[in-house]
Amino acid sequence: MSALFAAAPAVPLNSTAGRYVAAAYIVVLLIILIYVAIMAMRAQRLERELDELRRDVEAARAARDEQPVLERESV
Amino acid sequence: MAAALALVFFYAPLDASQGFVQKIFYIHVPLAILSLCGFVFGGVLAIGYLRTGDRRWDMRSYVAIHMALIFGIAGLISGSIWAKASWGHWWVWNEPTLVSFLIVLLLFATYQPLRFSIEDPERQSRYASVFAIVGGAFVPLNYIAVSEATAYVHPRVLTLGGAHLPPSMGLTFVVALLAFTLLYLTLWKYEMAAKNARAQVRRLRRTLLGDDSVRPVGRSAAPS
Repeated sequence: MSALFAAAPAVPLNSTAGRYVAAAYIVVLLIILIYVAIMAMRAQRLERELDELRRDVEAARAARDEQPVLERESV
Repeated sequence: MAAALALVFFYAPLDASQGFVQKIFYIHVPLAILSLCGFVFGGVLAIGYLRTGDRRWDMRSYVAIHMALIFGIAGLISGSIWAKASWGHWWVWNEPTLVSFLIVLLLFATYQPLRFSIEDPERQSRYASVFAIVGGAFVPLNYIAVSEATAYVHPRVLTLGGAHLPPSMGLTFVVALLAFTLLYLTLWKYEMAAKNARAQVRRLRRTLLGDDSVRPVGRSAAPS
C-alpha cells in the first residue's frame, strides 16, 4: 500500500491547482454526505413512527380484550 | 466509487494543457450528465403517472427530479471551482454551455414550489407530471441547441460525434460515470424505499386505528 502511495502522484495541496481540485472533491463529498445524513434522520423518524404505531396497536388490542370482561362484569 | 477515485488519481495521466486541475473533469462531467439524465428520467416516469393514474409513478418522478437537482447543484459548484482554477472566473455569462445548464437547473428548481403551491394531491401530481414531461423534453433539445452553438471558453470534450479523450482518460471517465450512475440509482432507491415505508406506516395507522389517529401532514411538495 505504501509503495502504491509512493509511486502515485500525490495531491499537490501546496499548489493552487491542488487546492482547487481538493475543494471541488470535498464540496461534492459534503453535498452527498449532507444528503445521506438527512436520509438517515428521516429513517430515524420513520423508526419512531413505527414504534409509536406498534404501541398504539398494542394499546388498542389490550382495550379490545378488556372490553368483554367489563361487559360480563356489568351483566 | 473507490475504483473511480483510484483511477482518477493513480492511473489517468495529467492533462497536457490544464495539468492537475483537469482532475475535476472526472466528477464535474458525470454529475452534470447524470443531472440532465435524471431530469429526463423524471419526465419519463411522469408519463407513467399520466398513463396509469398510479401515484407511485408520481413519487418515482419526484424522487428522480429531486436527486437530479442535488447532482446538478454539485456539478454546478464543482464546475464553478474548475472555471475559477482554469479561466480565473467563477462564472462566464457569455458561455452557452454554462448558461443553458443554469437555465435547466433553475427550471427544475421551480418544480418543488409548483408542487407546494397546489393543495389537492391529485391536481398536484397531474400538474407536476406535465411539468416534468415538458421539462424533460426540453433537456435534450437544449443540449442539441447548445452543441450547435459557438463555444467560447468551455471545452467540448463530449459531443454528438463522440468523445475526444485519450484511452486512459476515457476509461477513467467511463468508470467515474458508472460510479456516479450507481450512486444516483442507489440514492434514488433508498429515497423511494423511505417514502414507500412512510406511506405504508400512515396507511396502516389509518386502517388499524382510524383516520383520526393520523396527524395531518399539511401542504407538502412531496407526494404521500
